[in-house]
Amino acid sequence: MSWEEILQCTGVIAKYLIPTLKIFGFTLIFSIPLGMIVALLKMCKFKPVSWIINVYILIMRGTPLMLQIITIYYAIPMLKVSDSAFLQNLFANVDTRSDSYQFTALIVAFALNYAAYFAEIFRGGIESIPKGQYEAAAALGMTKLQTFFRVILPQVVKRIIPASSNEIITLIKDTSLASVIAYAEIFRKAKEQMVTYSNLTPLFVAGIFYFIMNAILTAVFAAVEKKLDYYK
Amino acid sequence: MAILEVCNLSKSFDKLEVLKDISFNVEKGEVVAVIGPSGSGKSTMLRCINQLEKVSGGSIKVCGMDLIAEYKNGKPVYSSADVLRSIRLKIGLVFQNFNLFPHMSVLKNVMEAPMCVLKKSKEEAEETAMLLLKKMGLEQKAASYPCELSGGQQQRVSIARALALSPEVLFFDEPTSALDPELTGEILKVIKELAREKMTMVIVTHEMAFARDVADHVIFMDGGVIVEEGTPEQLFGDTQNERTKQFLQRYNNDYKD
Repeated sequence: MSWEEILQCTGVIAKYLIPTLKIFGFTLIFSIPLGMIVALLKMCKFKPVSWIINVYILIMRGTPLMLQIITIYYAIPMLKVSDSAFLQNLFANVDTRSDSYQFTALIVAFALNYAAYFAEIFRGGIESIPKGQYEAAAALGMTKLQTFFRVILPQVVKRIIPASSNEIITLIKDTSLASVIAYAEIFRKAKEQMVTYSNLTPLFVAGIFYFIMNAILTAVFAAVEKKLDYYK
Repeated sequence: MAILEVCNLSKSFDKLEVLKDISFNVEKGEVVAVIGPSGSGKSTMLRCINQLEKVSGGSIKVCGMDLIAEYKNGKPVYSSADVLRSIRLKIGLVFQNFNLFPHMSVLKNVMEAPMCVLKKSKEEAEETAMLLLKKMGLEQKAASYPCELSGGQQQRVSIARALALSPEVLFFDEPTSALDPELTGEILKVIKELAREKMTMVIVTHEMAFARDVADHVIFMDGGVIVEEGTPEQLFGDTQNERTKQFLQRYNNDYKD
């Protein structure tokens, strides 16, 4: 490929940074709170609840994200043509050919998958806080909610930053899996360009984009860790 | 007036009975030392009174308020959340491992409960906190974080934190066990100072000389029961109880070594 062609194809790929970042952003917005809820439910003393959560985490972590994306994306179109009149009616108003359906399906799959990983990180973080912290808060008359939000959570945040940054960096790369249901993002466009030019350079260009995004994230996390380093 | 009335307190972990029929009173202004070998149930007793463990039987009264409302089928039913909260605020607790909040500065550690629990204004909480820190000789450390302090300093912060709620009675759970002898002295000095100000205190301790020195009343526990109690002179001076004698003798020998 000539430099001119490379530059041109870089421009084409760069336009799809936004869709990639959209998957990234929305997945974080939904999976982090969801992961927190899942973590709390997993620690629930009522056994059936934690058992259900265990099955959910097992499935989400035990099967490929690509498989989950495809399953969720095609589930509703399949149900719409199923024998059950109830299911047909239930999804009658869902336009499974629209772009918004495609994006929603993606985010559902990504959020459910990442919530399972985040949940395990959060649970590990919460359980690593010494019992004495809860006892000290209780002895001071703090309520359970105050204890969690003012004493436990701030300490958990510091402890889970390294593990979470790992997940978040992986998420940047995992956004490329959206291409499997033909969602137009960096990776899909790079592949198209690769075919057009019969050349691997576009993939290399995409690789550089991912690399730069993660280099920025790594720097951000290093800064956050440093900021939280004021106590041990 | 009795600040604390413990009556026939018992506590079992599954089948293991760790406290049996414990009864004692603490009067206002009194300093009570609880001594005894490890595993004798001293800390468990303290934790039952502080609502960190559930009792199995008996009653606990703090400032006239009952911790346990009644017994149903032999199971204790605790008083309403409001009563339990009021009781909690009457009691301050100092832990063996300090349990300071590591993410808060020394000042914030002391201000947290007054603001969060008593809903005091920031200014008021800060003023009280600074006074207490000054009393503990730590006003210079207000902006520091617990990890930057020595064990003795951390323990003094945790005493200030407990005092910030102006409790009626202060409990110490082996406050010097995590400290080296030099730092131990600095905590004992603070407790002595509080005793002089007529703060009601219950101190679980292994420091016999200190217990003898500061306490008005000494309780010797072994195997989950109160073996003997009385004035320091009675217990340390001329106990008639064989078990007490044996325990104190071993302590004395340890110190001679």
